[in-house]
Amino acid sequence: MAHWIQKRKSVLLWLLVTIGLSAWLGHVLLQAEDKTLLLPGKTTHGHYQIEMACSACHTAEEKENVFTSSGVPNSACTNCHGEDLNQFSDSHPTRKFKNPENAIFLEHVNAMNCVECHAEHNEKITHDMGVTIPQDYCAHCHQVTLENLESHQNLKFHTCATAGCHNYHDNMALAPSFLLKHYGEANNLKEQKVAEVNALQRWLSEGNKKRAALTIEEADAPSPKLTDPAINLDWEHTAHAAAGINCSDCHDDPVSGVWMPAPDHHTCKKCHDVEVTDFLKGKHGMRLAHPELSPMTPTQARQSLKATSAHRDLSCSSCHQPHRYDREFAAHQACIQCHDDEHTRNYDKSPHFALWAAELAGTGEERTGVSCATCHLPREERDDHHVVNHNQNANLTPNEKMIRNVCMDCHGLQFAMDAMADREVIADNFSTRPTKAHPGISWTVDAAIKRGNEEIIALKNYLESPNPSPPENAVSPPPTTTQQNNSRTNEKE
Amino acid sequence: MKKNRKWVAPAFVSGVTTLAFGLASCESGKDEASTSGGYDAEQVAEALYIVLKSDRKVYASKIVNRLVNDDKVIKAHEEWQEEKALLLPAQFFREGAEEVDGVEDKPFEFSYSLQSSWPLNMENAKKKTPAVEQGLKEVSDPNSEFYGKKWTSTETIAGKEYFVGIYPDKAVAPACWECHNNHENRQPDYPEFKKNDVMGGIVIRIPTS
Repeated sequence: MAHWIQKRKSVLLWLLVTIGLSAWLGHVLLQAEDKTLLLPGKTTHGHYQIEMACSACHTAEEKENVFTSSGVPNSACTNCHGEDLNQFSDSHPTRKFKNPENAIFLEHVNAMNCVECHAEHNEKITHDMGVTIPQDYCAHCHQVTLENLESHQNLKFHTCATAGCHNYHDNMALAPSFLLKHYGEANNLKEQKVAEVNALQRWLSEGNKKRAALTIEEADAPSPKLTDPAINLDWEHTAHAAAGINCSDCHDDPVSGVWMPAPDHHTCKKCHDVEVTDFLKGKHGMRLAHPELSPMTPTQARQSLKATSAHRDLSCSSCHQPHRYDREFAAHQACIQCHDDEHTRNYDKSPHFALWAAELAGTGEERTGVSCATCHLPREERDDHHVVNHNQNANLTPNEKMIRNVCMDCHGLQFAMDAMADREVIADNFSTRPTKAHPGISWTVDAAIKRGNEEIIALKNYLESPNPSPPENAVSPPPTTTQQNNSRTNEKE
Repeated sequence: MKKNRKWVAPAFVSGVTTLAFGLASCESGKDEASTSGGYDAEQVAEALYIVLKSDRKVYASKIVNRLVNDDKVIKAHEEWQEEKALLLPAQFFREGAEEVDGVEDKPFEFSYSLQSSWPLNMENAKKKTPAVEQGLKEVSDPNSEFYGKKWTSTETIAGKEYFVGIYPDKAVAPACWECHNNHENRQPDYPEFKKNDVMGGIVIRIPTS
């Protein structure tokens, strides 16, 4: 009898422990935000912010396209990265490999699946760009190219993507025509300005009606809310008041009409769709794109950020102070609230900052200053308008993506390539000059000369001549004396 | 009372067999329907070739040759995005082929590409299967009975069987032979092309298994 009771107790205990563990795991899986327990390994730098949203990658959709045991279909990747891949015409789209005759290439790397090269939770084998296959992967298909390119005879395949040259998806940076077109440019271009952005004009062009400007007297917040004169004054001086955007436009819940004390990014998106959409793709905003996650805070970041901002939520209002929306603050001061790395700390000693300070002081021309936002939230042309790309990671890695849409607004291609390939120069925030010349342009020029490209031969002769006279039919306009003087003068900057 | 379960084993075997047979029938029916809707692979490939050949001829002669060589209003360039130029005819053809490859809901699978015994893109040479190698030789060799005609066969790639048809790709406009004859990647043993020469072949594959 005692044995029977003892046996029953053991079974009961086993049952209780099992139920308890199941309930706890169920809670972790379905309800708890912290799912660390379920992570099979450390996530990559690009995904750790959303690692607790398992279903962001392990989606239930398109089961028939799930090729791998990881259960991550390509659509899970393209949900976030698809637009970017299309934007620069992905040079290795999966459809390129579907033709059966490409099976010979797929034997080595199954390029049909994103996770073949970008497997998550594999810290020990993860290289730059979240690549988890050996870095000489280009060799499987491009052996012939390397053998036939005289300039590449002594190069190894593991350096293709690591030397600031080639990018598997966006290989536009080193297109030979592009390199030749910008051969011979001065370090500093004659016109050094970024594009003008006018969000209101774009908003109106989308069919929205212009409203009359508002004053404090016309503010429609319920009276108890209108007690802070500083807020009222801030609002009255914003583009919002000038465009007739009243308190209720942001604070009234669009469904219930109830006053919202702190409107979130959904409210901003009503008018700033492009900006918010981009913001949600970057590391600052990507957690907001997943409703089950709380906003990103500096505490959650893997890089070292300022302790004073450790618990600040990252949302639109983190950089754009509510009611004030000071774009100058957002372009620089907002960043240094949190960021504390060498590159950031050296910014106020850099020539870029000097230009930014001059523009703010009114001694420099408009759009000639270089703030954090100038490079990290670049102004891009989309549908006949320039917009500020609020995904600050879009051009960050590999950093040669920044050359076209940022550096070349002001600098020649050779100088930009040299600078972006020099980690010390980047750490100094470009206060010093790059010491090594990136060989990309000279290799392309040498090949063009060997082919007898007369325009390039003439341009090279001009550039190397002690008394230059402009060549006829130059591929690109030869650098002007002013440009050359600029480049020399600026060596002292 | 002990239940009589003697019927379970035979019923299970019978059920699984029936299910497998049913699934196999479904699969078989699906395969039949998914090949070419009543036409055999060769007929489908022939029809595809007519469309591809016509579009290729129009692009080479009425777009590239007219605008580049005759009217001289734009150039055709390998780096067409960078140069804001027209795609080379071979690139235009490949872009279309990749677009087709990207279509998920085709009524049946097929693929096509442009190949040549004298490729300018050396990486293309690696893609040639033994069947394609032979077919290209047959359709472009003036001494072959298949010169300027179609050449068909079957082949197995990655465990899958395919009908493969090689159809002649002829020089239809000066833009074709001028570019190929003067290209920097042209090898010394390549022929000097002229109008109506077979410069390569359109390779069409349709899975048969």
